[in-house]
Amino acid sequence: MILETKNINKYFRKPVNFHALKDINISIDKGEFVSVMGKSGCGKSTLLYILSTMDTDYDGELFLDNELITNKTNEDLARLRNELIGFVFQFHYLLPEFTVIDNVMLPAEKLGKKSKEEIRIDGMEKLRLLGIEGQADKKANLLSGGQKQRVSIARALINSPKIIMGDEPTGNLDSKNAENVFEIFKELNESQDLSLLIVTHDQDFAEKTHRIITMEDGRILSHNGLNKK
Amino acid sequence: MKIDFLFTLRISRIHLMSRLKQSIVAALGVTFGIGTYIILMSFMTGLNGILDDLILNRTPHVHLFNETKQSQYQPVALHPDFQNKINFVSSVKPSDALPKIKNAIPMMQMLEQDDNVKAVTPQYTAKVFYLAGSTQLNGMVRGVDIEKEIKHYNLNNYISQGDYKDLKPGTNTIILGKGIAKKLSLELYDKITVNAGNNNISLKIVGFYESGMSDIDNTQSYTSLETAQRIGGVTNNYITDINIKLYNKELAASMANRLENQFSVSAVDIDEANAQFDTGTGIRNLISYAVSITLLIVAGFGIYNILNMFIYEKMDDIAILKATGFSGKDVQRIFILQAMLIGLIGGILGLILGYGVSFLISISPFETDAMPNLKTFPVNFNPMYYLGGMAFALISTFFAGYLPARKAKNIDPVEIIRGK
Repeated sequence: MILETKNINKYFRKPVNFHALKDINISIDKGEFVSVMGKSGCGKSTLLYILSTMDTDYDGELFLDNELITNKTNEDLARLRNELIGFVFQFHYLLPEFTVIDNVMLPAEKLGKKSKEEIRIDGMEKLRLLGIEGQADKKANLLSGGQKQRVSIARALINSPKIIMGDEPTGNLDSKNAENVFEIFKELNESQDLSLLIVTHDQDFAEKTHRIITMEDGRILSHNGLNKK
Repeated sequence: MKIDFLFTLRISRIHLMSRLKQSIVAALGVTFGIGTYIILMSFMTGLNGILDDLILNRTPHVHLFNETKQSQYQPVALHPDFQNKINFVSSVKPSDALPKIKNAIPMMQMLEQDDNVKAVTPQYTAKVFYLAGSTQLNGMVRGVDIEKEIKHYNLNNYISQGDYKDLKPGTNTIILGKGIAKKLSLELYDKITVNAGNNNISLKIVGFYESGMSDIDNTQSYTSLETAQRIGGVTNNYITDINIKLYNKELAASMANRLENQFSVSAVDIDEANAQFDTGTGIRNLISYAVSITLLIVAGFGIYNILNMFIYEKMDDIAILKATGFSGKDVQRIFILQAMLIGLIGGILGLILGYGVSFLISISPFETDAMPNLKTFPVNFNPMYYLGGMAFALISTFFAGYLPARKAKNIDPVEIIRGK
């Protein structure tokens, strides 16, 4: 079990009291490719940020790689995030003044387990995997949207995480690039047995994953296993 | 887990380079702050140093002489019949003592053995008339050991013309007060006749003494001890003043006290003689520090402002760093380092600016009657001010960066990522 939640509840107190997540119980196995769907405001992004350990203001318990991580310090959470989770956002979120390879290398340099040279080799390999090794020394803000998203996937992969989380990673891309990103995720899932948890609005994208978690008004409506391998 | 310093440095550097103009403006704030601090301190302390030279270095730490005063004991107090009585003696007059210090030569020998004493210089002061034709001028001739006076009291700073080396014992030579020479229309190597009441002695002028204080220049001249004693018609153990220079000026007061009790002489220490001068120096230093620190604080606010702006612009970067596993502390460290990089670069430029301007000041012509030997502005190139300036640059930028960096530390990445 890579990820598991027990009775997670989340309240927003500002601007008005609002029960955003209600008794969320989900679990994701190793090698599972899961998508989360639901209307805007149903709480799927809120859930994702709790699962990603960035949001710590919730009730209930969160397990990552079979370890209870609720109530850990921010320092510890940052380290877990660095080591176990790769994150892909809707708006690429690269550091614009840094080169592509620098962006990819950042999380690994933070982790500090390898020398800079080894990290660079790893980074180049990830870029090659995503077909953008030619852009390595360009500034990140000079790339196209699709290329940026690939760079951020490469960055998510650099520390060989246990799970990739995505917040509408294809939401800002045209259908061709969205297709590409899906293929990359699928390939990673199949070849490296990587777990993926992707929040998406894209019905086509979701239907190709192993399982769709549908949410509404802060509750989980269904866990539909579709294409379980 | 701490992140590697070089790594932090690289992130900071790229951030600063991406906002190069603002970074330069921030660094220039520090540069001007530190530069001004160095210029101000160098110039102020240089000036203070010269003033110290003018007053303090010319003043002996302890001055021994025979003061005209009434006797502490009246004979009546010694008579057994009048002991334990209250005796009234009216109209007490000072005793008619000679200005000669008793046993001056052995006293000097003893003082020279003292480990605290740097130099002991004897003086004989003769009250004289300077004669030129029928004109007579009141004045005094100080007989000194010229080599020692030059070495310990910087007398050569006040010899405006001529060479002190010509003032040898046994020759009839004099270094004449400039004011006297002017009044009597005398040139270098002219002869002057002085009279100390009994005989006229003709002396060759080998130099002019110019202290910058006209009262002194109009009356005072220097000659060798022997010549002065000859002018005064006294024996060569007749000494009126003993000047003592110590290694540590702070010991002057206790030394003066001790000597006054041990020998029958009056002793004045330097602090007693120049109390108000010390106060002036202290206040000038205080003002310099106050102005410099104000400047640096203003520079600090500039850095604070610019970093605050940086952090608003870099919200996305902060969110990414946090999402990819940087802790709040890592982010804080990155921004503090940026502030300190600004401080370091601005500080180094400030040192260069400070040194450059100080150097220009030090070669600018500056002439004053008060200090005839001074041709340019006095500047003190003490490396301590450069070290202090650099330290202050780093410390102030650290604090200026601390608050914005703490804000960056506490930024919630979720809010930024969702906010889009």
